Parts: sequence; structure tokens; C-alpha cells
Amino acid sequence: MSSQERTWKTIESGPHTYEEALHPVVRKNYGKWKYHEIPKPGVLKHVAESGDAIWTVRAGTPRQDTVDKVRLLCDIADKYSDGFLRFTVRNNVEFLTPNGENVEPMIAELESLGFPVGGTGMCVSAVSHTQGWLHCDIPATDASGVVKSMMDTVYNEFKDMQMPNKVRLSTSCCSINCGGQADIAVVVKHTRPPRINHDHLVKTCELPKAVARCPVAAIRPTVVDGKKSLMVDEAKCICCGACFGACPAMEINHPEHSKFAVWVGGKNSNARSKPSTMSLVAHNLPNNPPRWPEVTEVIGRILTAYKAGGRPWERIGEWINRIGWKRFFEETGLEFDDNMIDSYRHARTTFNQSAHIRF
Amino acid sequence: MDGANDSAVKGSCQCGGGCASAGNGKFLNETPMLDQLESGPWPSFVSGFKELAERTKKPMLRGVLDQLEYSYQTKMGYWKGGLVTVDGYGAGIITRYSMIKDKYPEAAEFHTMRIQPAPGLHYNTAMLRELCDTWEKYGSGIITLHGQTGDIMLQGIEQDKVQECFDELNQNGWDLGGAGAGMRTGVSCIGQGRCENACYDNLKLHLDALKHFSPQVHRPEWNYKLKFKFSGCPNDCTNAIMRSDLAVIGTWRDAIDIDHDEVKAWIAERGVDALVNNVINHCPTKAIMLKDGDIDISTRDCVRCMHCINAMSKALSPGKERGIALLMGGKNTLKVGVNMGSLIVPFMKMESDEDREAFLELIEEIIDWWDDAGLDHERIGETIERVGLKQFLDGVGIEYDINQISRPRDNPYFKAKY
Repeated sequence: MSSQERTWKTIESGPHTYEEALHPVVRKNYGKWKYHEIPKPGVLKHVAESGDAIWTVRAGTPRQDTVDKVRLLCDIADKYSDGFLRFTVRNNVEFLTPNGENVEPMIAELESLGFPVGGTGMCVSAVSHTQGWLHCDIPATDASGVVKSMMDTVYNEFKDMQMPNKVRLSTSCCSINCGGQADIAVVVKHTRPPRINHDHLVKTCELPKAVARCPVAAIRPTVVDGKKSLMVDEAKCICCGACFGACPAMEINHPEHSKFAVWVGGKNSNARSKPSTMSLVAHNLPNNPPRWPEVTEVIGRILTAYKAGGRPWERIGEWINRIGWKRFFEETGLEFDDNMIDSYRHARTTFNQSAHIRF
Repeated sequence: MDGANDSAVKGSCQCGGGCASAGNGKFLNETPMLDQLESGPWPSFVSGFKELAERTKKPMLRGVLDQLEYSYQTKMGYWKGGLVTVDGYGAGIITRYSMIKDKYPEAAEFHTMRIQPAPGLHYNTAMLRELCDTWEKYGSGIITLHGQTGDIMLQGIEQDKVQECFDELNQNGWDLGGAGAGMRTGVSCIGQGRCENACYDNLKLHLDALKHFSPQVHRPEWNYKLKFKFSGCPNDCTNAIMRSDLAVIGTWRDAIDIDHDEVKAWIAERGVDALVNNVINHCPTKAIMLKDGDIDISTRDCVRCMHCINAMSKALSPGKERGIALLMGGKNTLKVGVNMGSLIVPFMKMESDEDREAFLELIEEIIDWWDDAGLDHERIGETIERVGLKQFLDGVGIEYDINQISRPRDNPYFKAKY
């Protein structure tokens, strides 16, 4: 578009301002909240020092929304929460109202429109996830489909608060893992080195950049049919897919050999134990659209064992710290194998440097 | 429409020549695999897309559903990147061209606009409706609320409509988010808007910080990306410690505030067993003692983890002397393995404009150092790991603090100045 037609200047305004997006009761009591309660699943009640109270109704969304769905949520907000709403970092929508009488009709209307009310307290949260085949340029799967399948199976756990503590879920479509850490994370695991398209590579890739991208120095310059190209030392390659981001001619995704892995025990909160990174507990699961039943089956086993054995407030990683990894594998029926022994950097920090032994 | 009738995979297009319509009176082509994601209780994104497509009759939506169905059948993705931007910006539009546009020409272009929402993801319906109207006018109508970057993702627009769409959004107070090797869109929890535990005004700091770094959001010029996340307390609801280079986490310096009457009411309601098992035993530093039917917290032992406050929301609150801690270097596995952020600044007041300015000056210093010391495609945590924490602290001029380490060194290989 030619800029001379424009009658205004771009304003590099950064984030949208927030004050006009806050409910008047929120604005009045900003920074002066006293405590909160969870009267029932999906509902929070926050009380301010002034004595004012505000109720929150939280509902799950598909995250991949449309203008139609967003307008529906706006209709709810106009009807029950004075035209204000917000979203959580786990893609839930929240309606804040100072009128406690609005809570039940709002729940009924949200549910009737297909938005499940829940996601509070000791529940299984909605999934934080990535773009997948819908939009990403490097995905091996479609996170939105995996998420829909997972959430269908844990629907009641989202709506209820029967877990020992909150369970955060995430999924990711490649090993970069934009979905992030979670109590249970489903992440693509490539199992073969990249396949190089030499014709394509010479036209589209900066060779030194692709070489430098490899964390294990497995990519080397070579000459193919008289043209400069790259080769991969397949014995060294760890199938991370880092090169594919730098050079699309190094195809890492494969319909059969890009698999799923399941990780547990990631925790970002400082509550009780320090934040912890997650550990691999299942892998080589097939990438099996549109419902990925093998993945949801593993998630179900972990949740069932944790729900039965976890003590109040123990997150999944804390539960495992108490019962030990041996019992974790016994109780979930998952199989520990030698691929789960870390062989990368900082590996020794995952070894048992003690004589603490469980039999 | 050339090539659109070449449907190699059964079910992906059964129009028998030209993809303009399914030939069965419906706007959309058959998508048997995607349709399986319409059953089950959780809201279905596929149903949402189909309803939008049937209402608006936008060919791009049909093309995208066809291509997505094809991905489900072949188990491969078919988007490639490119370089679409708006005037004066070098980032913020995520460019997507179809690799199989001969097959699905209606989805040849499907660019995404990253839009920075208000901190804390707060909206009023007027602004959200206005956003929807602009988006429906120029784009596909698909919106992700929200992307993992913290942006509103307006997904599906053609290049020749991007500038006009942006101009209209920009006039209404919206701006593009980050992408590439620059400052990225920030993320905040709800903060002081509703949470009693928020130890600083994270929404305000988020807004100030991202406005301050707007040029670097729009014109990436660093080694690699740099992300802020702003959590109001150590519960870290934005997952800042692991998902951001600059994790700004609220905390406090004085004693936990105890309302002893509420403690007694809590015990009366739930019993001493619950107090011992669910509160006292979970304290990571055994800072809580049961004393005469009440609790006694040794502030010098407390590490401000939040557990007891979470468990006894009415009775316990963070102290009065509140501020932030800055943790740096969080990122996911590629390429060095997972890095949690490490503590760089244990405490900074964050109440006045001067406090926020001092904070942003510190971040400027840190970025200057990273510009000099970092390598291409190296996140700041990787740079710090490579050159050493001491070298980083000296380089930026941050004072040593024993809280920055979990314990002193365990090897004797250093040269002291004596």
C-alpha cells in the first residue's frame, strides 16, 4: 500500500492500555484486595479491603476462536458482567461481576453455548499450546487437535476440583516446545535426522548459519553434484530439529518418524518446592490424527495414578518426589527404558548422587 | 482455481473440478478427519471455523480447512515463511504462504498479525467488538486468544490487505507485537486488578516497559529474542521463570502478615490435622511452628514460596514491604537444554515512576552488555551460562548478592586478589 494515501501517522503505542478494560469495581479496589474463596468449581470470589466483592466465572474456550465466538463471549459480558471480560494465560475466559446473583444464570448460559465452566483450584487446567498444521511453518502435528482430544477425555476433571493440586497441561508441535513446561506435557519427538533437499538447500539456506545452529556439530559443508551443500553426521545428530528452523531444506518432520513423547513434573511456581523441569516418561507414541488415542491413554494413566495417590497440595512432580520414580512407573504402568537416562548436557544432575535407594 | 481439482487424497476435495463449492449445495468441501474433532464435550475449533466459513463465505476459510484436512491425512505441514510487514516495521506479521497453493489456491496466503493486548488480557466488549469488526472486514475472522507469545493472533490475511487492516487497528489503539530477534510482546497475570497476592503493579510496569522498548519490538536488532513476563507473586502464574528471558516476579522483604483471628477460624473449620498436614508440613524451610493452637512464622527462615499464603488466603498475606525480584535466562530446550531463570536482582522497590525508570535503565544496561557479549541466535541466559555469572554481573555493574547462588563454589580453581 502506498503511504501517501494515509492521513494519519502510525502510533507505536505498544500494548493496548488497560484502565478502560477494567471493571469499575476492579478499578476502585485496584491493589487493595484482601482474600479470595472458591465457592464452587469455576467460580472465584475476591473480597477487597473496602468490603467490596467481585465474583469471577471462568470458562474454557477452544483458543482457536473466531469473531463469531468472541462476539458471543461479548454478549455474555454485556449481559452479566457490565461489558468486561478477560482471558487467562491458559486460554480460559473470565467474567467479573460485583453482582453475585449473576453467577448462576451466567454459568447456565455459558454451558448452554458450549463453554465449560471450570478451570479453578485443584483441577486439570486447559492446555497451553501451539499452532500446528493450522499455521506454523515447522510443525510435525496439530496441537489444536491433540488438545481437543485431550480435553474431551479430561472434561470432568476440568469442571471439577478433585485432584490433589492443580494439573497444568501443555502440548507442542515440535521439540522447540513453545507450549512450555507443565505438570504433563505432550511434545513432538523427532526420531530421524533431517533429510536434505540439496537442490532446494543451495537456493534457500545460508550455509554457515545452518552449520552454526547445530548444538552437536553434526552438520558439515560438502559438495553435491559440483554444488556447495551440507551433510549431516547421522551418528552425532540428536534429531532436535534446530537446523530446520534455519534451513527449510533440512526437513526434520516425517509422517511416521515424528513421534510423541510425554513429560511430567514441570512446575514453574515457587510454592513449596523450587520450580522444576519436567522428565520424560513415555515416548515413541504415534502421531495419529485426528484423535491421537495413544497419547490421551497415557495422560489418563498418569492422571488416574496421581489422583489416587497424591496428597493434598502435591503437584505431580512433588508426588513423584515422595513416592519415587520406581513407583511412578509401577503405578502408571508406563515403562522406564534406557532412553530416559539423560545423555545430554547437565546429565549428571539427573543421576542419583546418593545412596538413597528404593526397593 | 487451476490445479484445485487435483485431489490426490480421498475426501479432501470432492468437487470434481474447481474448488469453488462442494457441489452439494454446501459452501465447504468434505473434511472427514477434521469432522471427527467436532464430537465430544470440549468446544471444537473445527465447528467454530466451519460456522464462520458458512456464514461469511470467505474462500480463504474453505481453503484453509481443505489444507488442514490434507495435513491431517498426510501428517505433514504445508506453510512456509516470508517477509510481509507494514510500513516502518520489520516485525509483527507472521508470513505464511502455502507450499501447495496449486492444490488449494484459496489458502495461498494466510498471514498472521500479532497484536499486543492490554496487560493482563483485560478487555471491554466495545474494544473487543471493534477488533472483531476490523478483522472480519480485512481478514479471515479466525482469532487465537491468545498465542503463547502473549499476543492476540489474527490469523489469515492476504498481503495486500495487511497495511489497511493495521492502519485501522492502529487508529483504535492497537499495535503489532514482536517477532524475530527483538523485544517480544510481554505477558502479565491479572495482578492487582483482582489478586490479593500481587506484590507490585505488574500491569503498569508491563505497559511502561513495552512502550519503552516499542522500537525494538517493531524493528528487531539484537542477537535473538528477548521476552518479559510479569508475575505478581512467586506463584508465577505467567510461568515467567521458564518462559521468559526477563522474569519479573513480585515478592516482599518483611514478615508474612498474619491475621491471628482468621488463623483460629481456619483451624476451627478444618482442624489441627489439616493445619499440620496441609500447611506446616509443606513449608520448604520449616519456618512455621505450631504454638498454643496458633501459628508462628520465623521470618528469617521464610523463603517467600507462597504455599501457606495460598492455603490460608484469608489469614495470611504477603508482607507490606513489597517489590520485585528479577530472574534472568529462562528458555526451553533448544539448544543447550532447559534453562530456568536465575536470580539476578533479589529485590527492587516498584512503586513510583522513578522505580520503574530505574528498572528500565537496568534492563537497558543488561541489553547493552548482551549486545556486546552475545553471539548470533544466543538467548541471554545462554550468554550468561557461556561467559559466567560473575562476568555478567561485573559487565553490567550489578552487585553480588548471596541470594544469586544456591551455594558457594565447590572447587578451588580461582585466582583471588591477595
